Parts: sequence; C-alpha cells; structure tokens
Amino acid sequence: MSDFAFLSGNEAIAYGVKLSRPHVIAAYPITPQTKAVEKLSSFVQDGELDCKYMHVESEHSAMACSIGSSSVGARTFTATSSQGLLYMSECLPYASGARLPIVMMNANRSIATPWNIYGDQMDSMHVINSGWIQLYVEDAQEALDMVIQSFKLAENHNILTPVMINVDGFVLTHTYEKVEIPLQEEVDNFLPEIQASPHLMSDDNKTSMCISAGNQHYMGFKVKQHRDMFKVFDELKQIDNDFHKAFGRNYGSAVEGYQFEDAEALLITTGSVTGTVRVVVDEMRAEGKKVGVVKLRLLRPFPAGDLVSKISGAKAVGVLDKNISFGYEGTVFTNVNSALFQKGASLKTINFIGGLGGKDITKGNIRQMFQTLQSGEGETVQYSNMGCTL
Amino acid sequence: MIKEIRWHGRGGQGSFTGAKLLGIAASINDGRFAQAFPSFGPERRGAPVLGFNRISDTKITDRSEIEKCDSIIFLDETLWNETYLDDLKENALVLINTDKELFSDSRIKTINATGLAIDVLGMPIANTAMLGFLVALSEGVVTYGSCVNALKSALKPSILDKNLILLEKAYQLGKETLK
Repeated sequence: MSDFAFLSGNEAIAYGVKLSRPHVIAAYPITPQTKAVEKLSSFVQDGELDCKYMHVESEHSAMACSIGSSSVGARTFTATSSQGLLYMSECLPYASGARLPIVMMNANRSIATPWNIYGDQMDSMHVINSGWIQLYVEDAQEALDMVIQSFKLAENHNILTPVMINVDGFVLTHTYEKVEIPLQEEVDNFLPEIQASPHLMSDDNKTSMCISAGNQHYMGFKVKQHRDMFKVFDELKQIDNDFHKAFGRNYGSAVEGYQFEDAEALLITTGSVTGTVRVVVDEMRAEGKKVGVVKLRLLRPFPAGDLVSKISGAKAVGVLDKNISFGYEGTVFTNVNSALFQKGASLKTINFIGGLGGKDITKGNIRQMFQTLQSGEGETVQYSNMGCTL
Repeated sequence: MIKEIRWHGRGGQGSFTGAKLLGIAASINDGRFAQAFPSFGPERRGAPVLGFNRISDTKITDRSEIEKCDSIIFLDETLWNETYLDDLKENALVLINTDKELFSDSRIKTINATGLAIDVLGMPIANTAMLGFLVALSEGVVTYGSCVNALKSALKPSILDKNLILLEKAYQLGKETLK
C-alpha cells in the first residue's frame, strides 16, 4: 500500500526525487525552492537516499556539476528558481546540446528589478530556447509524479534531452496538500536504473564531451537536437499510459482539457492557475455558459497539433500568460497564435497577462476573462488585476 | 461545501503549524481533502503572519487567495480589529485568544488560550489550544479524534503529551461556550 502524506510542493518534489534514486544531486538553495533541496539533503544525511549530495557554491556550479555527473552516466537532479536559473543559464545549452538527461525542478518566480521573491513564470520563459524540455505542473501530486516520469523521458535513448519541471513558486511550493507517495518497489519497476547512452564517457571509453564543431557540422548537431525534441510527444504519452497502469494516475500527455469539447470560450493556461480556472468553469457551466480550459503541460516541445485540435471548435480563445516578452506580448500567446496559423485555424484570440510578481489571479478575474472572450471586445493584450493605473 | 479558514498570528506563535495540523487532521485522518498554506513571502519572528486552510469532501483545485472565511482565528489579540468581521461568510465565527471579555458581536468567541498554554506547556504557544477551540465551535471542519491523531503523527514526542492535554482542555472549554 502506498502512503498518503500532507506535503508541500517542495516536499512532493523531494519525495519524487528520492523514489527515483538519483546518483548525484548538485544544488544551491534559493527561495522558494529551498525546502525541496533541504529535504533532499536530509534524506541523504539520514541515510534514506544513497546519493552524492553536492552543496555547491552557486547555480552556475550546480549545473556544471550536473553536466559532469551526467556525462559519466549518473542519474542527476538539480533544482533552482528565478535569478538562480538565470545564473546557470550559460550552462543549460551545454547540457541539452551534449544530450545529457538531467532533471531539474524550477520553482517559478519573478525576475528582478524590482526584486521580488513571489511566483510568476518570467524565469522559465527566459530560458525557453535553452534546448530543455519544459513541463508545467498543476499540483503537488503532479509535481511528485512528474519527477519520476521525467527521468524516464529524459533517459530514453530516443530523447536524451534534459527536463525542467516548472512548479509555481509559493502557490505550489509552499502549499501543503494530500499527496500519495508511491512504493519504492513500484517506482523501481517503473523506472529501472539508468542505461548510459553510448556517447557518454567512462574509464574504458575516454571521450571529450561538450566538443566543438565547426561550421561544417554545427548546424547538423542543432537540427538533430531540434528534431529529436518532437519525439517527446509520443514518448511522454506512452510513459503517462504506463504510469497510469502502474500507479492509477495519469495526466493526459502534452495538453489536457476540461469542459473544452463544446466550449465557446476557452482559456489556455500553464501551471497552478489551471485549478482556479476549473472552479470558475464549474460555476459558469452551472449558469449555462459554455466555457472551458485547456492546460499546456509542455511548452517545449510545443504541442501545436494537439493544442489546435482541442481549441479549434471554440469561438474565442484566451491565453493566460504569467510573463511578458517586453515589447511584444505574453510568450505563450505568441506560441498559440503561431500554432493556429500553422494549422490553418482562424480564431479570435486575446492575451490576458496576470499574476506577475505573485499578484493574485482571483476567481473574479478569471470570470472577467471569460466574459471578455464571450463579448469579443477590448484590446488584444490585456492586463488582469494590475492593482494600479498607469 | 468548502470550508475556508484563516489564522492570524505573529511569527513564532505557531499559526502556520496550527493550519498544518488542521490540514493533516482533515485530509489524512478524516479522509477528506485539505490545503494549508502560509502568507507567502519572508518570515520574521514577531511580524504579523497568516495561515490558511481550505477543507472539502472533494479535491480542491482553487489556488487563489482566500477572501471570505468560515472561521478566522487570532492567536494574538493585538492583531484583531473589527474590520475583519467583513471577511466572514454567513454563519461564520471569529475565535480570539484573549483574557478580555469586551467583545459585543455574537460571532466572536474568546478563549484565554495563552493562559491555558502557560499552565499546561509552560510556554505561551497557543496553536493547539486554538485548534481544540475551533473543533468544538465549528461544524463540518474536522473531527476531534482526527486532531488527536494529527498531533500524534506530526509533533515531536517531547511536546506531544502536553499538547494533547492542551487540545482537550481547549476543546472542553469550547463545548462549555456552546452551552
């Protein structure tokens, strides 16, 4: 029998990592991720997790150590947030380019200036082009489960791409809820030991990693890396199906919808705000309004086909972005519009930017978004609950 | 129906621990669903802090801040003012830790939880007392037996027995308040 425990999102991540039996954890603490790495270091110190825990001096070093350990085939985990993610950003493409299956938790948090420790998704958007798979989770259970699924995905020899699991800062990292902790033996069956890929180095196979490639070869490496990313959709779907058979829970691959089939107005979300939107959808459905929500679980690779198939029947689609690409619009909005255009679907789309620097996104704000979509009026890019006039 | 509860205290008084114990009792021990979360941000001893609970028979997905409450608990009476009555739902309660009896609104219930805590624990940590008081005065939030089990699973052995006594004393005082 599995155990139920009352865990924060940070602790749920730590349990997911412990059950995945990494060989190396290299991490530097940063709010709001701190309790995840504290818990992991406690597991190691107490002998509950047989793992080398490297308390490094910076996030740049955390990623450099992760690259080193993953280069010899060690299952490797790290975690960061915000400025820490930006500080390690130089190393991120080294890891993805060398095809190293590192798994990282990023506690989504705002970026200075102004300095702010609260949650939004500016940090992960900053590194969306780093070559890492980007997953966004909705609650603590999904956080735990996706650590296990992510190692399986990253280490698949068709994929060999690092995974960033994005967990909304505070709203998920610091909220406690009931979480089912799978049994170790069941996780061992689902996630066997890492099978080191042939390109890694060892004492018997001395190689140079993070090699240079001249203008004749570089582009080939990059296009292969790009094309292999698209294999994530099918592999993740298979992993999610197998996870369901093993543990009784599944998450619906790259895109998950709720009340979307006949919806006239749809909101597209990432992460924890999806849950609040579900509540508003239930309230408005009870009033006879045809509204729904579609959650993007993956932003890289971007599931354009899956997404468009779920939203193309709606009259208007809103994209809720907890980020701004300064001088244009929300990053998810750009991606959604591109997907619609590529697939030949023509829909009214509106961008709702909200939740920056931890600003609450209330049920009233979400209801207002749906009303705006139903009326089809207003600016293409709108700011929700800003709290002041400019 | 979802029950929403807010705890007011000062850093170091254990208000979030109270919220966590309530969440454990309602979800793990009563077999329902619960959230417990603190006021987000830096934590400082002595500064006003908040703890929040949502409790429900069905899975809770709402991640927004709690606006209207079924119960508001004050571990420190200096944090109380009458404007908080506006944050109450219908049939809701304010529970205040105080030795004063100067409150006129019938929705306000008081208990000298700090006095009880000093008697029982030898320390002015009143969170488990306020939990016992809440169990006695609220409906559909949590059962007393589950709070006992939550304390047993979550508190260090060195402080468990006295906190169980404190929980029960405050619970009994709450029941007498109802009479």
